[in-house]
Formats: sequence, C-alpha cells, structure tokens
Amino acid sequence: MSVLTPDVAVPAAPTPGLTITRSRSWKAPIALAAFTVLAILLFFVAGRSGHSTFRLSTSTDFVKLPNAVLPTHGTGVVVTIVLALITLFAAYRTLGYKKTPIWLIALFGVLFLVGFLSWAGANNSILVPGLLIGSLSLSTPLIFGALGGVISERVGVVNVAIEGQLLGGAFVSAVVASITGSLWIGLVSAMIAGALVSMVLAVFSIRYLVDQVIVGVVLNVLVTGLTSFLYSEVLTNSPGLNKGLLFSPFDIPVLSRIPLIGPLLFQQNVVVYLMYVAIAAVWFGLFKTRWGLRLRAVGEHPQAADTVGIRVNATRFWNVSLAGAIAGLGGAFFTLGDLGEFQKTMTAGAGYIALAAVIFGRWDPIRATLAALLFGFASNLQNVLSVVGSPVPSEFMLMLPYVVTILAVAGLVGQSRGPAASGKPYIKS
Amino acid sequence: MKLELQGITKRFGALTANDHISLTVEPGEIHALLGENGAGKSTLMNVLYGLYQADEGDILLDDVVQHFAGPGDAMAAGIGMVHQHFMLVPVFTVAENVMLGNEETGFGGRLDLPGARAKVREISKRFGFDVDPDAIVEELPVGVQQRVEIIKALSRDAKVLVFDEPTAVLTPQETDELMAIMRQLRDAGTAIVFITHKLREVREVASRITVIRLGKVVGEASPTASNAELASLMVGRSVELTVQKAPATPGAAALVVEGLRVIDAIGQIVVDDVSFEVRRGEILAIAGVQGNGQTELTEALLGLQARVEGTISLDGRSITGLSVRKVLDSGVGFVPEDRTEDGLVGEFTIAENLMLDRSYAGPFVSRGWLKLIDLAKFAGDKVAEFDVRSQGIATPVGRLSGGNQQKVVLARELSRDLRLFVAAQPTRGIDVGSIEFVHKRIVATRDEGVPVIVVSTELDEVVALADRIAVMYRGSIIGIVPADTPRDVLGLMMAGEVPPEYQQSHEQEQLA
Repeated sequence: MSVLTPDVAVPAAPTPGLTITRSRSWKAPIALAAFTVLAILLFFVAGRSGHSTFRLSTSTDFVKLPNAVLPTHGTGVVVTIVLALITLFAAYRTLGYKKTPIWLIALFGVLFLVGFLSWAGANNSILVPGLLIGSLSLSTPLIFGALGGVISERVGVVNVAIEGQLLGGAFVSAVVASITGSLWIGLVSAMIAGALVSMVLAVFSIRYLVDQVIVGVVLNVLVTGLTSFLYSEVLTNSPGLNKGLLFSPFDIPVLSRIPLIGPLLFQQNVVVYLMYVAIAAVWFGLFKTRWGLRLRAVGEHPQAADTVGIRVNATRFWNVSLAGAIAGLGGAFFTLGDLGEFQKTMTAGAGYIALAAVIFGRWDPIRATLAALLFGFASNLQNVLSVVGSPVPSEFMLMLPYVVTILAVAGLVGQSRGPAASGKPYIKS
Repeated sequence: MKLELQGITKRFGALTANDHISLTVEPGEIHALLGENGAGKSTLMNVLYGLYQADEGDILLDDVVQHFAGPGDAMAAGIGMVHQHFMLVPVFTVAENVMLGNEETGFGGRLDLPGARAKVREISKRFGFDVDPDAIVEELPVGVQQRVEIIKALSRDAKVLVFDEPTAVLTPQETDELMAIMRQLRDAGTAIVFITHKLREVREVASRITVIRLGKVVGEASPTASNAELASLMVGRSVELTVQKAPATPGAAALVVEGLRVIDAIGQIVVDDVSFEVRRGEILAIAGVQGNGQTELTEALLGLQARVEGTISLDGRSITGLSVRKVLDSGVGFVPEDRTEDGLVGEFTIAENLMLDRSYAGPFVSRGWLKLIDLAKFAGDKVAEFDVRSQGIATPVGRLSGGNQQKVVLARELSRDLRLFVAAQPTRGIDVGSIEFVHKRIVATRDEGVPVIVVSTELDEVVALADRIAVMYRGSIIGIVPADTPRDVLGLMMAGEVPPEYQQSHEQEQLA
C-alpha cells in the first residue's frame, strides 16, 4: 500500500552513461533570418534619409555626455549587414550541431534595436535616459510580481494570481495611505493585501485541492471586479480616499553621479530601492539558506521533504503568502511609487507578463528579473516611439510588449524544467 | 537501541492493515519482515516512522514508550529509514539531500555546506562508500542513490534502521554489496529491520524472520528454514515456486527487430541498435535492471515512441512506424508495465476496460453505438475465465486489488487473435496467487504458438518463464543466452559484463 499519493512524476533527466544524439535546431537561425529580412525591408526598401540623434544625458545630470548623431540610412545599412553576418554565423554553427549562444542573440537584438530606433527617429531625437528610466519604472511591478511568482512556484504552487495581488496591493495602498496620511503604512498595507489574496489561493489549492490555475484566474477576476466596483462607487465620490500620495525620489550619494547608470538606477524612490533589496534577498534566500533549501525541496519532492520532518503544507502556505506580500509591493509601486492615485484596472495585465517572466527566467530570481526588464523595455519602447512619431502604426506598436513576451517564452525558452511538484497538491493519506 | 512494537493496529476504514502486530528488534541484529505485497509491511513501517498514527498499540525504544507525531520525531528518537522509492530531491546535490531537514547554518542563515560535505565524506569513509558530496543525485546510478539514503539516515545518528524493499531496484551485484553493508551496520550495533518479499535475501542476511500475512503476524522462522517453508508461511498455503512448462517447440521467426534505435525527448539514445527475433511458440525474456531501455523497447514495438529508427517486422510485414491502433490490429497484445497508468482506466468498469482496445468497431461497436448486451456477456465470460474477484462487471477497476487489475488487462489483451504477445513486468506488485495465474496464462499463450516477449526486472521470473534470455544494459542487448544460464552470469550481464564463453552464444543466436 502506498502511503503518499500522488507520485511525483520523475522529470526527464540525463541518465548517466547514455549517448546523446546530436540534433540540429534551426529555430535560432530561422528567427534571426526573419529579423534580418525585416531589417532589409525597413532599412533598405523603406529606408529613410536624414540624421537620428540619440541624447545620452539630460540637463540635470552630473556628468553630461555628448549627443550621438547617426546618419539614418548609413546606420541602417551597417546594421543590416552585421545582422546578416550574425545570421550566417548562427546557421554555420547549427550545421556543425552547435547552439547559437544567448549573448549572440542578445547582441543581435541590441543591434536591431539601434537600427530600428535610428530608422524610426529619423530627423528627430531620442532621449536614451528617458527610454531606460521609463523601462525601469514599467519593469518594477513586473519584477516584484515575478519574484512572488518564483517563490510560489518554487514551493509548489502555481501563482496565476499575481495580477490580483498587484491590483489588490495597488488599491489598498492608495486607500490606506490616503486615510492614514502615511506612505509607509500604505506600503505595509499593500503587502498585507497581496498576502491576503495569496492566502485565498493557498487555502483553496493546498487545503481544498482546487486546481491552482483555476483558483488563480478566478481570484484575478474577483480582485479586478471588486476594485473596479469600489473605485466607481466609493473612490470617485470621496476623493479623500484616493489623494494621490507619492514617494518622492532621492539620490544615493556618489552612485547617482555615474553617467547614464546613476540617473537610471540611483535617483529613484524607496519602492525601487526596496526592489533591489528584494531581488538580492530572494536570490540569497533561495539558494544559500535553510529557508530556501526547504522551500525548494517542498516544490521538487514533497514526500522527501515530509520524510525528513518538514511540514510540507505549512511551508507552502506561508511561502505562498510571502510571495503575495512581495507582489503586493509591486502593486504599491503603481500607486505610491509611480502614479500617486489608484485607477481602475491600472495593472493592465502586468501580472500575466510577470508570470511569463517567471517562466522565461526559468524560475530563477535573477533571470526572471532580467526577463521582466526586457518586457518592461518593450512596453516603454512603444511609448517612446509613439512620442517620436514613428512611421509604424501605433496599434501595431501597442502589441510590441506582448509579441516580445510570446517570442521570448515560446521561442527562446524551449524545454525548461520547472519545479517538479509545482501545481500538484500534496495529499497525505 | 532496542526497538519494540507492541500490538500495533492500524485501520483504514473497514480494512485492518495491521492487526495487533508485535515485534522486537535487538541492537546488532537484522530482523526480516517477510510478507507479500499488501500484507501490511509498509503500513507498519510508516506507523513506526511517524507517517501514520497507530489506532492501538505502542512503540518502545529501549523500553520507553514513544509518541511520534511525524517523521521528525521518529528521526530525533534515532529511527532512520531507507525508503523503497528513494526520498531524495533529484535536483539537489548529495550534501544538500543529506542536510535537508537537519541543516546547520552559519552567519546570516547561510547554509553550512562545507560541514555537510565533510559529514558525507566521513560516513562514506567509515563504510567504504564512494560518494561525491557535490554530485547531483539524479545523475547517480540507483545503487549509489541508495547509499545516499543510508548516509542520510546515519548522519542523523540512527540507531534503528529500516530498509523498505531495498533490493527492488538493484542488480544482483549491488544487492550483494547492500547485504555486506547491512552486516557491517549490524556489527556496529545498529538494529535493522529488513522488509522484503524475496526469500533468498532473507535467508542470507537475517538473524530472525517474522512473517506477516493480511496484516497479522503468522509466524516466526529461523534463517535456516527452506524456501518452500517460508513461502507457504507467507502465502498461507503451499506454493509452486517454479512454473511448470514443457520444453518450447519454437516455429519460424515471427517478430524480427533489426537495428532498432529509440531517441527520447532530450536526444538520448535510450535503445541503441537492438536486433533480435522471437519465434512462434517461444518466450523471449528480456532481463535487466529497471531503466536500461526495456520500457522504451516495448513502447517502440507498440508504436508508442516518437523517434524510432530501424525496422520491426511481424510475420514478414513491417510494422515500423505504424500507429498504435494499427499495431494492435495487426495482432499484438500488450501488457504495459504500469497497469494503473497505461493499462486501465481506473474510473471505468471492468466491462468498459475490457473493450478499450476495440472501441472503434466490432464486436462491441456498431455504427457508433455500443453493443452493451454483447459486452456484458463477453465481460462475464472473461471475469469467470480469468478468475477476476470482484462484485461484478460494473465494478470500477480502480477498486480491485493489483492482482485482479492485472487479470483484467491480461483478459483484454489475450482475447484477440494474437500474432505477438508482449508482457512488461507482468507480475509487478501482485500477490503470489495472481503471479501463479499470470505465469500459467503466459505459458499457455506460448503453447498456442504465439511468440511471447516477457520483460522483467525480477531474475526469478525471467528464469522461470524464459526459453531464451536477452539481457539489456544501457539501451543495448548485450547478450542473448539460453534459459539455463547460471544466475550469477545473468547478474554480471545485468551489470554490463559478458563472460567470454557467453559472448559466443550471442553470435550464434544472431546467426540462427
């Protein structure tokens, strides 16, 4: 008679001593070729003349960098040639059964971007610090959400409710901060709100074994409905509950004077600084401490954890709640860190993008952060380009962050192994 | 430390899994707990380990009554367990697995990994294990993983060690090594409980033997008892330990497999250039330790594997690359190794399960309608013929015992006109009575002139059924040998070594 059900499926792992067949994956060269063709079409066929200006610093910066002025057509030509060369190199490596290294794909992406920006911004100027700072600001809630997702999935509960945790955190922090007049109490209340949403997820999925994805989706719908209702019925009638309080940014001495990076990373408000701390703490905690070892064991092989005396369901419950609290901070950034006041459905799907960042980042806090930064950048690129007056229709540009998300998750991740027991309830008979 | 169980009783609803079981294990002795699958051995050990709470009875360590709320308490009291399914986190290193649940931490809550490594090395050295503390567990061979389990228990200063069916996944050589380790632990003063259903091992290593059947202690035996005595005690009646079968009268080659390669999802060659043939009216047994490509080989024959190279032909017609349905329609019967996962739909009734392979057309389907009356008659006949003990053909198969479930699978697969019969692990986890029945049916199928492939990790079963034995190791067939090949030779072959005098016979078989 088996004691512990269900059995955790053993994931495919290399068996020692077996030969691995070599197979060619043409995914990368084909994708690169598609972008090279796009580059030829845009930069040659629909090429634009003139000069594009990249402004590298603003008037208030400590160190001022000169503007970079590139000839639009020439840049396009050079970039396209380099892109074609990279594509050929990738194809050559694939012929030799070698993978295309990720740095090469990143280089390709950056080059394409430079070419595209100079094309889109012909006879115009693009403020590079603005582009980056805006990206960081759009990424911040994604990063908090992704960190919450990483913790929750690592402990074995799929956290689809990140959206709800963000939105709950945003709403509650705005209202509590307005009532108490204290931003800090607002921040703490956002964490509590996120944790409460998480606890509902935890109770239903751990105690009542309801499908975790369904509970997560339902929670998102519930929180969206509830906050929208309260916003229309209560907040619009009593503006005192949604005053628009905002953390003001402050400079970190010395670091804030580094050109480009200083204004980007070290002239921010406290929520962003908390994010830096959270990334480091989650990484250190997950991989270097007892808390992380136990958390990962519970998400990988709950029976093994149980037989060494770890309380599986309690571990899951409290860590899912913690994940919600972290995501709640991300919600607070929407209101207290960025916009000031709460607006109906202001998260606009950020929770789902954060979930994609978790998977793209392969359940690793650092990689998930990088993924969230990429998605944030894609969103902001669209904002910046619509300001510059790019010739691409704005509806098309609005798709950009989501297209990048799909390409990243579907195309680049390939087969990745998440925590083995993620999504599976642990039932002890 | 002395372990004493007094009148342990554990009930699950109406089922009494353990009925007043008492047992004493002294320090420095190996006490074997012998019983069939489902006799209640594992339940008893889970009570001892704190995973279950006993309804009645006491656990005493050195005459002090213990109350275990969970495994943590049992471990703290000095009880260690080597689980049948290893309780190791596959993606962790050896050191991380050993320290899990018992972690030392340094400044800032940082894990003391160097300390854990040192501990693994120290225990490895004491027992002559060769275990790298930084190896990832899933990349280690099962024998080594088991040693990690032992190290894990010993690192918590276990004075009572429970081995739950420890030899199920080991090669004969690894089993011998484990026996040596158990003796060494015994001599160091550890009290050992050895749970098994394998008579040979019990007689080899046990100081005392307690036999349990249907949740009750039915007797004690000394290690000098004969296999037949132990078996009849275990089963409750005298058992035929060997399968009665006439010598095979093989006909023409029916299944011919040439250069078969199977590649799995991550690009590993799991079956590597396998060629063999099975003749009409013979049983080819495929031996080997679990995970050496047998599963993938049988799945490839059935058309269940995605990436297959080479040719498979049955009675001169190629069945390579056919869909599973076409393979079944060409007369292949298949007993999958995991009946609850691949063989049956647990929520379906016996009757419904009996027609799963013929759900497209006749005899039970006509123009999209089920012919329930025909099906009921057919199911009634099969239940009687195969002695499926149930409350009727409308019983969901999930409620049947393992043995009866396997009989349902067998009844379904043997009720078509077969040109090939493939049985993977046909007696895994079923009671002795059902084992006898399954073996008889397999031999009867052979005697009807059907070519039969039996895949088994149990050497006893291989030797009992085979007319010829193919041994698989790391995806290849490293030899096809006659049925009378000595067990120690088979054991060596399962570990990848072919003695020179047997390499010859493989080539002869290939020529034949």
